[in-house]
Amino acid sequence: MPNIVVLVKQVPDTYSERRLAEADHTLDRESADAVLDEINERAVEEALLIKEAQGGEVTVLSVGPERATEAIRKALSMGADRAVHVSDPALHGSCLLQTTRVLAAAIGKVDGVDLVIAGNEATDGRGGAIPAMLAEVLGFPQLTHARKVAIDGTTITVTRETDTGLTHLSATLPAVVSVGEKINEPRYPSFKGIMAAKKKPVETYTVADLGIDAAEVGLAAASTTVLEATPKPPRSAGQRVEDSGDGGGKIAEYLIGQKLI
Amino acid sequence: MSEVLVLVDEIDGEVKKVTFELLTAAREIGEPAAVVVAAPGTAAKVKESLAAYGAAKVYVAESDDVANYLVTPKVDVLANLVGAKSPAAVLIPATAEGKEIAGRLAVRTGSGLLIEAIGVESSGGDVVGVQSIFGGAFTVKAKSTRGTPVVTVRPGGVEAVQAQGAAAEETVEVPAVDAAKATTVTGREPVVGGDRPELTEASIVVSGGRGVGSAEKFEVVEKLADALGAAVGASRAAVDSGYYPAQFQVGQTGKTVSPQLYVALGISGAIQHRAGMQTSKTIVAVNKDAEAPIFEIADFGVVGDLFAVAPRLTDEVAKRKG
Repeated sequence: MPNIVVLVKQVPDTYSERRLAEADHTLDRESADAVLDEINERAVEEALLIKEAQGGEVTVLSVGPERATEAIRKALSMGADRAVHVSDPALHGSCLLQTTRVLAAAIGKVDGVDLVIAGNEATDGRGGAIPAMLAEVLGFPQLTHARKVAIDGTTITVTRETDTGLTHLSATLPAVVSVGEKINEPRYPSFKGIMAAKKKPVETYTVADLGIDAAEVGLAAASTTVLEATPKPPRSAGQRVEDSGDGGGKIAEYLIGQKLI
Repeated sequence: MSEVLVLVDEIDGEVKKVTFELLTAAREIGEPAAVVVAAPGTAAKVKESLAAYGAAKVYVAESDDVANYLVTPKVDVLANLVGAKSPAAVLIPATAEGKEIAGRLAVRTGSGLLIEAIGVESSGGDVVGVQSIFGGAFTVKAKSTRGTPVVTVRPGGVEAVQAQGAAAEETVEVPAVDAAKATTVTGREPVVGGDRPELTEASIVVSGGRGVGSAEKFEVVEKLADALGAAVGASRAAVDSGYYPAQFQVGQTGKTVSPQLYVALGISGAIQHRAGMQTSKTIVAVNKDAEAPIFEIADFGVVGDLFAVAPRLTDEVAKRKG
């Protein structure tokens, strides 16, 4: 009966324009529509599938501003049992290292965790590193970029899929798993699920509640600092021609002129 | 000049192009030291090409454990080298595995992690990573505030330039694996690479969008790609419609590419797609719709039917190549 923690994150919608705040070069979260990252829904789905087959409990964990409650509600309405939300203004501008430490501390608040499931890569930061970093901090094996997960007793096996191909992995629980695009098709929350979600427990913590000094997180104490951020001048349109039978030839001429062919 | 560690990306003794890009970048900030963490016998095969791109040193960490465990042997070797050699920075390819290695290395060494850099600079004694974020909308310069900067560098971000290096070998140990924390690799099924270059490494990419219309008709995209020696990409709309497999998707939720030449066929150019390709050096677009946003960023655009334009271009290219 695995005890599962799923990480979810609210991200700016990739179809809307994203900006950096002028004051401190952090993501301007107000300027873009926020959605539950698609890949997180797959992570929630995989946790629910494991629970349905083997029992256990699914806890949703999110670190982020107040708005993250929307992502948490979505996960609960899909069927997760409870949620932990770490929300603290001190976290603003935290780097990957600080975020990982906070996640690890919050996971420590959940009793007897067997499995941590996350999406393989968020669409905003695209670090693709948090699940591996979390495994490093927790001292758990990492089974990342999964397209298939199977658990038998305390043994977990995963088919990992990356650009280089498939890799078959095996490790002993507790472990950290990250899921890829092909893992499953996430369910839609049912009306019953949406209603039930309203009654599910959401624990909210500050960083101090997690035993972390607020001065150790956030922009001022981050392990990386942005020196300058310059919006790229927009690309301007170049030549444009109507095809009147020789469009292909015109492209060829252009490419020859540019020494590209 | 201090050393800059470069993790070598290779498959069966064949060095990937991104490694040469990293060695080139490393020369900007110090003396490149290539780190080979691989199966026994690999260093002998790769040494010459590492020397050709300026590796002053080659640290050789060879063991069968490297293939038998996921990610951690490489982290272990790099962490020991960071401790022993105090390098100016560690450069790692921003591949799926590279990002994970870099993340764990940063945690273990308490260092700042600069991700997806398209270049590195030296400024006032600091290593500065240049990043292109939100699909090229912003250029950001950032530095690490503690430890040894760990930088993942995006394939294609730096142009590889040859330079002779001494490639002096030094053997280092692959530490014993802690089985409780490690993940065992029980099998591998490598992608059988066709004749086309890899999408993120290719210097020319030809992509098709919704306008291609069907999976069968994607042949017209592939033919042009093959004539140009290019990789094939697809927009999200084309992938969602089932025209082309997801691993070839270019865009915010797919791959980011920055080739010398990007040819967009029947792609409207939504933000979602532009985010994955607008840092390409030259962009050529063909679309029936004169109002398609792709034309706003194209260096050369043809308003017309891609099924008329692309085959003609394919013929012209073939003719030129003889």
